[in-house]
Amino acid sequence: MTFSFDNNIPIYVQLVEQIKIYIISGKLSAGERLPSVRDLALKCKVNPNTLQRALSELEDCGLIFTERTNGKFVTENQELIEKYKKEYADALSKKFIESMADIGFDSGLAIKYLEEFGGRD
Amino acid sequence: MELLKCVDLCKNYGSKKVLKNVNLTIPKGKIIGLLGKNGTGKTTLIKLINDLLTATSGQVLINGQKVGVGSKSVISYLPERTYLDKGMTIEKVIKYFEGFYDNFDPEKARKLLEDLGLSTDLKITKMSKGMQEKLQLVLVMSRKAELYILDEPLGGVDPATRDYILDTILTNFAEGASVIISTHLISDIERILDEVIFINDGEIVLQSATDELRVKENGSIDEIFRRMFKC
Repeated sequence: MTFSFDNNIPIYVQLVEQIKIYIISGKLSAGERLPSVRDLALKCKVNPNTLQRALSELEDCGLIFTERTNGKFVTENQELIEKYKKEYADALSKKFIESMADIGFDSGLAIKYLEEFGGRD
Repeated sequence: MELLKCVDLCKNYGSKKVLKNVNLTIPKGKIIGLLGKNGTGKTTLIKLINDLLTATSGQVLINGQKVGVGSKSVISYLPERTYLDKGMTIEKVIKYFEGFYDNFDPEKARKLLEDLGLSTDLKITKMSKGMQEKLQLVLVMSRKAELYILDEPLGGVDPATRDYILDTILTNFAEGASVIISTHLISDIERILDEVIFINDGEIVLQSATDELRVKENGSIDEIFRRMFKC
């Protein structure tokens, strides 16, 4: 896992966001065991306390669970992963529609534009 | 109990008040940035905590005890300027540290120096400034201390060396220990800080959790600092 950070936004918020993307994209698979907080913090080059805070938040939303003696795991609840995936896709779509509106495309035109764009890279 | 506590700490140099009524508490297990412009009292505060200066009034408590000989084993201190005899080889410095500090781990130091590609028969005079900084940091971080105090560890080194220094701090501080890093190079370091302390004109003007401050003041710590202390 590699992370990059913007100093203007709380680091734990960015960690939550980026680990969430690892989970919904399947790069961290359902049921996978996470490295220990200290090891993972060193890998991401962040303060272990900050990572701990991010993991607690992910635990609160159910994407991660702790097994008392074994460490932390990614949830096996596919429905939940799908739910967060949809939420994330919704946010991206909303952002696209809004940005297109800023330059004068109504949503119909924006979607049409995207469809036509689909073939290009 | 808190690891470090400063109570109504004052330091005068002649008639000049360098520290004015500093009250400060540092808990265990945190990385803390002591941030202030040049000449605002950072190094004076650090020297008082290390019992290298005597306070004009007030107290510094480590684990509830007044600072003194006993606190030397609790604190691992990286001063702003080197105190190593430059004629010594790295091997000799390692032996020196081993004799001096019970909690120094020579194997750890050797391993870190090997990772840096430094041969231990090298004399300090033959090393570049950046390499000397790295050597000092390795020595300080190879002690199993409760509090690491690093005075300007990033001063005068290139950005790649800064990254090495930050990583070394992060990977090597003993679990449950705290780290105080004084610097005015804030943007390089703010990513790893739990808390920041702003010091200005000998007074603590702010102590806050880093992420909370970013939200509250809406910006990076570097930006908030610049806004607050605009010249």
